[in-house]
Amino acid sequence: MTSHRLIAKNTLLLFFFLITSAFVGTTLFAQDGKKLFQDNCAQCHNPIKVVTGPALKGATDRIPDAKLLHSWVRNNAAVLATGNKYFNDLRAQYGGTAMNLFPTLTDGEIDAIFKYANSYQPPTTGPETPGASAAESDNSLLYGILTIILAVIMLTLLQINSNLKRLSDEKEGIPSVDAVPFYRNKVYITGLVLVLFVVGGYVLVQGAVGLGRSQGYQPQQPIFYSHKVHAGINQISCLYCHGNAWESRHAAIPSLNVCMNCHAAINEYSGKEKLYREDGTDVDGTAEIQKIYAYTGYDPKTQRYSTPSQPPVEWVKIHNLPDYVYFNHSQHVRAGKVQCQTCHGPIQQMNEVKQFAPLSMGWCINCHRTTKVDFPDSTNAGNKFYSVYTRFHNELKSGEMDSVTVEKIGGTECQKCHY
Amino acid sequence: MVVKKHWQSFGELTGSDSFKASSEKEFAEELPQEGIDSKGILDLKSPRRDFLKYLGFSTAAAALAASCEIPVKKAIPYLNKPENMAPGVADYYATTYTSGGDVVPILAKVRDGRPIKIEGNELSSLTKGGTSARVQASVLDLYDTARLRFPVQMTSNGPQQITSFDAFDKMIAGAMGSLGGAPVVILTSSITSPTTRQIISEFLAKNAGSRHVQYDADSFSGMMLANEACYGKKAIPAYQFDNAKVIVSLGADFLGTWLTPVEFARQYSKGRKIDEKNPEMSMHYQFESMLSTTGGSADERFVHRPTETGAVALALLAAVGGNATAPALGDKLKFGVNEAAKSLLGNKGKGLVVSGSNDVHVQTVVNSINEMIGANGSTVNWGTTVQTRQGIDSDFESLVADLNAGKVGALLVYGVNPVYTHYAADKFKAGLQKTKLTVSFNDRIDETTELCKYAIPAPHFLESWGDAEGKTGYFSLMQPTIAPLFLTRPFEDSLLRWSGNNTEYENYFKQYWTGKLGAVEAYQKALQDGVIEPSVPSAGGATYNGGKLAESVAALSSRKIGTGLELVIYQKISMGVGYQANNPWLLELPDPITKATWDNYAIVSPEYAKKTWNLDLANRRQADKYEVYPEKKVVSINAGGKKLELPVLIFPGIHNDVVAVAVGFGRQSAAQDKTQDKTRDYIGRAVVGAGVNAFPLTSYNGTTIDWFVPDITIDQTDKTYSVAQTQTHSSYEGRDEVVKEMTLEDFKKSPQEILDERAKALKPFGGLENFEKEGTLFPYYDKPGIHWGMSIDLNSCIGCGACAIACHAENNVPVVGKSEVMRFHDMHWMRIDRYFSGDPMDPDSVQTVFMPMLCQHCDNAPCENVCPVSATNHSSEGLNQMAYNRCIGTKYCANNCPYKVRRFNWADYTGADSFPDNQVFTGVGKLDDSVIMMNDDLTRMVLNPDVVVRARGVMEKCSFCVQRLQEGKLKAKKENRPLKDMEDVRTACQQACPTEAIVFGNVNDGTSRIRQMREGNPERLYYALEDLHVIPNVNYLAKIRNTEKISDSITES
Repeated sequence: MTSHRLIAKNTLLLFFFLITSAFVGTTLFAQDGKKLFQDNCAQCHNPIKVVTGPALKGATDRIPDAKLLHSWVRNNAAVLATGNKYFNDLRAQYGGTAMNLFPTLTDGEIDAIFKYANSYQPPTTGPETPGASAAESDNSLLYGILTIILAVIMLTLLQINSNLKRLSDEKEGIPSVDAVPFYRNKVYITGLVLVLFVVGGYVLVQGAVGLGRSQGYQPQQPIFYSHKVHAGINQISCLYCHGNAWESRHAAIPSLNVCMNCHAAINEYSGKEKLYREDGTDVDGTAEIQKIYAYTGYDPKTQRYSTPSQPPVEWVKIHNLPDYVYFNHSQHVRAGKVQCQTCHGPIQQMNEVKQFAPLSMGWCINCHRTTKVDFPDSTNAGNKFYSVYTRFHNELKSGEMDSVTVEKIGGTECQKCHY
Repeated sequence: MVVKKHWQSFGELTGSDSFKASSEKEFAEELPQEGIDSKGILDLKSPRRDFLKYLGFSTAAAALAASCEIPVKKAIPYLNKPENMAPGVADYYATTYTSGGDVVPILAKVRDGRPIKIEGNELSSLTKGGTSARVQASVLDLYDTARLRFPVQMTSNGPQQITSFDAFDKMIAGAMGSLGGAPVVILTSSITSPTTRQIISEFLAKNAGSRHVQYDADSFSGMMLANEACYGKKAIPAYQFDNAKVIVSLGADFLGTWLTPVEFARQYSKGRKIDEKNPEMSMHYQFESMLSTTGGSADERFVHRPTETGAVALALLAAVGGNATAPALGDKLKFGVNEAAKSLLGNKGKGLVVSGSNDVHVQTVVNSINEMIGANGSTVNWGTTVQTRQGIDSDFESLVADLNAGKVGALLVYGVNPVYTHYAADKFKAGLQKTKLTVSFNDRIDETTELCKYAIPAPHFLESWGDAEGKTGYFSLMQPTIAPLFLTRPFEDSLLRWSGNNTEYENYFKQYWTGKLGAVEAYQKALQDGVIEPSVPSAGGATYNGGKLAESVAALSSRKIGTGLELVIYQKISMGVGYQANNPWLLELPDPITKATWDNYAIVSPEYAKKTWNLDLANRRQADKYEVYPEKKVVSINAGGKKLELPVLIFPGIHNDVVAVAVGFGRQSAAQDKTQDKTRDYIGRAVVGAGVNAFPLTSYNGTTIDWFVPDITIDQTDKTYSVAQTQTHSSYEGRDEVVKEMTLEDFKKSPQEILDERAKALKPFGGLENFEKEGTLFPYYDKPGIHWGMSIDLNSCIGCGACAIACHAENNVPVVGKSEVMRFHDMHWMRIDRYFSGDPMDPDSVQTVFMPMLCQHCDNAPCENVCPVSATNHSSEGLNQMAYNRCIGTKYCANNCPYKVRRFNWADYTGADSFPDNQVFTGVGKLDDSVIMMNDDLTRMVLNPDVVVRARGVMEKCSFCVQRLQEGKLKAKKENRPLKDMEDVRTACQQACPTEAIVFGNVNDGTSRIRQMREGNPERLYYALEDLHVIPNVNYLAKIRNTEKISDSITES
């Protein structure tokens, strides 16, 4: 009985919920001026700043005739054609650039946009609570001190032990050997030499192996470009800028015209995330954006390009492959479907890029040994190129093999990378 | 007695001592190990303690050097990236190779904005993607350091730069204005470009009395004049070697240097491919004075004196039933002529006779022969004519006369260099000096440009817009593949400007072709394709008029046949007439026959050497004396009142009374200074010291230029000169023959012979079927997925060397220079071995086989087993891999390679070492200037960025173009599809080959072309040195010669 009641109650609730949410949803949609603004206007307008077009805040005051404003937004060409002086002047003021037509916007939507623009307040960048970086202290020093203390205690105890033994020997009348100070004790010396040899050898070998490697390399770049802001917070796909990685062996640093696709309109940094360098100094995001303009010769006021006054940007190359090795990004990104982060680390969290992987041959090989190839399975998904490997297909079918790794198709052979 | 059919050198033929000694050693020179055997170890020059000191020091130094800070590298992106290009991805642009009239449609591989490789354009129905050595090497000419970089005025103080084209135009306009109406002459090579022709005629129309003279250093005047007489057309018909079952060449090197060799090679190879089920092939007779590349491929070859050329043509005319009486010829020659005539008559309408002679009468007789055998309209196609040679010798002669008479006001020289190529250069020079205004458009200050008053260099064809109509109706377009490197301006632009037309040539060209093709889209499509061809190939004959035949027959009959020594002047396949003379790749390409590099020389026969110098090459001591050392005796040739000093090479196959000398060498600036500084600066660093100019030996017979001299004498001098030859090393140490050759008749009779021979040899080791598994102690390795293999058809290979240069360009193979070639340090990954068979004393019996030899990628490779650091090992795809950065240079692998295809970097040829001083040393091993030239920043732009540039001290060899394999596989993966055979993956040598002799692909793919080659030709298929159980991945298809017998050579044991 109770169960029925429960079901009925739940259904009712669900029904209520659905209705409310649908209602709320539509109202939200109708009045979400912010979303409408961002979808339609933000490319050329800012509420409070002059970009490609005028600032929209206060537009309703400047054009009190709501009807005219509506028709202007929907079809500005028609309004211009009527010879409206205000709008014709406005157009001339903005270099004759034509505004897009938005015939589908309803009066309500247009009003919502302007309402949003009028109520817009520039975001205040309040004091940032630094992340959970505070109490992550390093314990190794503590362990080191503890080890040393324990070692000293051990040595002292050993010394006491031998002294006691000597005393007891004396008591029992066994003639004692002359005490050897610990620094002349051969056992100690041998032990010390052995320890030094092992530690020294380890350090030397590690050092030699690491020669020429630069894991963790994090140079300062001519422009403070934050991957955290772009790829992390704003969720821009890596391939939007590094599209070359899809086609070519080089991922390539994007050309400046790619930057200008967005930064022609986004001319200041207004993100909540405070920018600071690795050494803790603050970064003025807006000033960094202005640098692009200097490099491209762009004048944000006139929105015109001229010959740049500066020589091209010289980015500091972070990931330098060793000599004599061939690496192809498109092989990994497109054919191998490897995520960028696999090799470049949590790039979306880095303000300044840091070399994440050692780029050593051992590191490459280890991945090739374990990574599975996009081998066609029974549903025939996967890359059809691998259809030539008939033996592997048979073994997969018969269960002799559970997966095909890169190594199996020759991915660890010399001339896959060295030629 | 050992019967051995094929031999590479006289030493091998005679089994000489030094041949035996040298074949035991991999490296020609003693390795520097001082006094190991004589003194105690402490008394050595470098005893153990020194060794330890050096070891300690170098370890410390290396540690110090390596622990320095890693250099900071910068990356500079585009400001505004062109939309359709991706850094690191190569684009291919269709364009056209042109040089001295030659036209070959090509694709230029452009990587990050610079052309780095030439490939043939497969859309061309004429070449079908074939190229030649010169075409392949032309990309290097773009980066030639000697190119003239701006317009200049030649003054007494040398060339003075003129800073702008406007200033230049003003100077020219001033000079033109003061000519006082004297005519302007435009002197060019054969112009195949319709737009250029139109611009020239527009220019001429503006300048009354002016004219255009086309001059070809290797002219076809004789043929064109004969055709004018016989067919009423002063033109050259298209030859269809593919329709010919019988080919008779009277001294025409049509596979190497005659007319359009790339196209002819493609056609010729059609008739040479053998279908084993129905073995048929064309029959090729060659009558010539010296052994040419084409002669090397001939089935039957007969030699004659150059003065007998007319007699041979007459005899052939008589033998095919023409209106002539056969003159007296030697027995062998007569036999040859009759055999050829019999074949021609037996295949009426399917025969073709061509002649390389520049004599009107000879060509008239040849026309008549072609009429008699029904060639007109079938193998001689008058439906379209060849335009690559249009110059008439007499036109140039009258120009020289006019120049000297002061009748010419201005001479504009474009693309020709008569001061170098003309037989009477002094006369031309005198005329040049008498002319008020002389302007050169040549790409460098060559011999002619140096004597002109102004020079405004035209850009390289890879930097230019343009078009070419090699055959009427067959157009090939040109588009720039790189922005001009220097301040150059197209010849056409200058003419347009000077005739008052301000249109730029680029726009003129676009308008012309858009107008002609009807729409912009059609124009763009044509640019993309590169070629515009008639939808139906035009074929047809021409009306023959035999009116002049009697005159020619009479003229030839009355010719005196020489009795003394005669000289024949020829072109080398690599050099031609020398338009690409400053090209180290071409200079280092071994001649197909002599295997000599970097020089020209006089070739004489062994019989002559025996007769004159008592040098019997059949005697092994004397063979050694001649052959082992590069120093050759220098002779002085007195021909037609001119003297020339040249080193002598003795080669079989040349007529016993003939000396042969190649043109294209001996470039020399007008300032004949001893130091050759001017030659070096003006013409190029690589040409200094390369050979002697033989053009002065040619002569004018009143109508055309003759390329032979009848009565010459040779004086021996006491000088010697070193000639760098390859292939005198790298022997197979007396192992089984790597060349297999049969006659067509034998092959028809017992097609199983080669197969049986193989089966017999392998029987004790598992037989043909199980040899791979049972013939060894080593385990059998599985070949999953892809297994690469190559098949080389010896029947199709003509030895042209296009593959060798393609390999150079693709794989960054270094140029080592003449001095290093002499030390056997040549680096070619792909070499073409030339084998002779027959009696060297009897030139008619000498037969030649070409065999491309490259790393065989053995599945059981002997080199891999001996590498102490495992720098060379095997891939699962069947590649014999070479990891250069692992190699420590022990050279064990090269010692153990039975094919001798591994190449060691003895010196820092490429400048790839970290230490710059490695290239600077004097004394033995000093690198030639040409090697240093290859290291210039400009020249290095040709390097392929996908391939490592090897440093000193590592071994290298053919990789089967692994970078192309990887690229092809990746392309297929990206497109989510299986590998496309013959499309995704092709090696550079395969792509370059004009005869499709090389087939490459995945052997595991049952439908692949390589499998078809192997399965379709089981009777000709063989592997070189198969019984060694190295299991090569390269197979050969045996050479079948359409002759009665393969000549034997019997050698002492």
